[in-house]
Amino acid sequence: MSIRRGLLALLAQEPMYGAQLRSEFESRTGGTWPLNVGQVYTTLARLERDGLVEGAGGADEEGRIEYRLTDQGRTEVARWWSAPVDRGNTPRDELVIKLALAVTVPGVDIPRLVQTQRTATLRHLQDLTKLKRSTSDEAAGRGPDGRNELAWLLVLDNLVYAAEAEIRWLDHVEARLAREATRAPEGRTRDTARLYDDRSSEGASR
Amino acid sequence: MTASPILLLDNVSRVHGRDETAVRALDGVTLTVDVGELVAVMGPSGSGKSTLLNLAGGLDQPTSGKVIVEGADVGAMSLRDLAALRRRTLGFVFQDFNLIPSLTAVENVALPLELDGERVRKARRIALDSLETVGIAELADRYPEHMSGGQQQRVAIARALVGKRRLVLADEPTGALDSQTGEDVLRVLRARCDAGAGGLLVTHEARHAAWADRVVFLRDGVIVDSTGTPPSAESLLDPAGAV
Repeated sequence: MSIRRGLLALLAQEPMYGAQLRSEFESRTGGTWPLNVGQVYTTLARLERDGLVEGAGGADEEGRIEYRLTDQGRTEVARWWSAPVDRGNTPRDELVIKLALAVTVPGVDIPRLVQTQRTATLRHLQDLTKLKRSTSDEAAGRGPDGRNELAWLLVLDNLVYAAEAEIRWLDHVEARLAREATRAPEGRTRDTARLYDDRSSEGASR
Repeated sequence: MTASPILLLDNVSRVHGRDETAVRALDGVTLTVDVGELVAVMGPSGSGKSTLLNLAGGLDQPTSGKVIVEGADVGAMSLRDLAALRRRTLGFVFQDFNLIPSLTAVENVALPLELDGERVRKARRIALDSLETVGIAELADRYPEHMSGGQQQRVAIARALVGKRRLVLADEPTGALDSQTGEDVLRVLRARCDAGAGGLLVTHEARHAAWADRVVFLRDGVIVDSTGTPPSAESLLDPAGAV
């Protein structure tokens, strides 16, 4: 899990308190995946149980414990950097599931579904682009703050590319269904064709 | 004071051919580009994107409807007025830059001014200002072949908006550029619009269209959707909603 690995990677830099880990994780990933303190401490407890981290001494006067990596923890971090992230498990994507069901369940206006989603995803892409515009391109990469800025820009770019990929996929879906509609032989395909035709005639009358 | 749009397409249709062989490239399209606004047009090939751009630039005439650029009806213009419009009011930016290879950057940018009768020295000065706004004043005396694609495209943007020109019509301006350079060009285009130009951008890349204030989807010559409505004149004058 990425929180677990993320905390280990941060501790490889220097020993930190739980609250510090939380804020460092957030500032380095642009606050895109906020953590709550509870998650951080639960994760630290598991890491300690698994022998990957340990308390760097007793609690200080405020009762905080600084955590550091064990040798085993250091090995685990090194392994994380060198091994590819596992892409074998396809995460559930609501849109993909929705579309797959829309194609198989009768009576869904698929072209409209595709167009509505494409517009919404493009709005999201516009919002991401606005965030990019407000993030200084020049400062990125320079100094410790600049490194965080650069990290944030790269996270943003990833979200931008993901949104773009979704739009391209939706274009593909639209083109594929339109082609299917022109063939229109029988069964399920004919339903798709009918839906597509309904949409075009409706569009023309508007 | 009401700011009239830089570009207005009012219920514009363009039909190629006649009768049975007639093809509706555009069918009743209405679109505005205001001062400071960048509008992107997306759509599959054959959806009418290029036709739309050609009509906006006065390179083609609508079969019906009106094209108004800076308040002037393009359809009612003589060929001479049209040529003047293209020299003074608007500029094109293309995928393959279209700079004249035997002219330096600043000469390329100055060309529309000189064609319009501006004296060489003054035209050069205005052209340098324009190169400055796209961040490449130091490349003024370079020839296109000694510039990168991204630099050439900046020259093209500078040329499109030189002097009093306020409308830039961009046809896949990032098509020949790598992703980072393409983004830099979009940043420049965006900045020029923020500074008071109007831009119409045709692209099939959503990532680039997202730099626009509004993205319009074209299919079979019809606008099927848009990511937003333009702000009304009132909201422009009174952003806080008070007074």
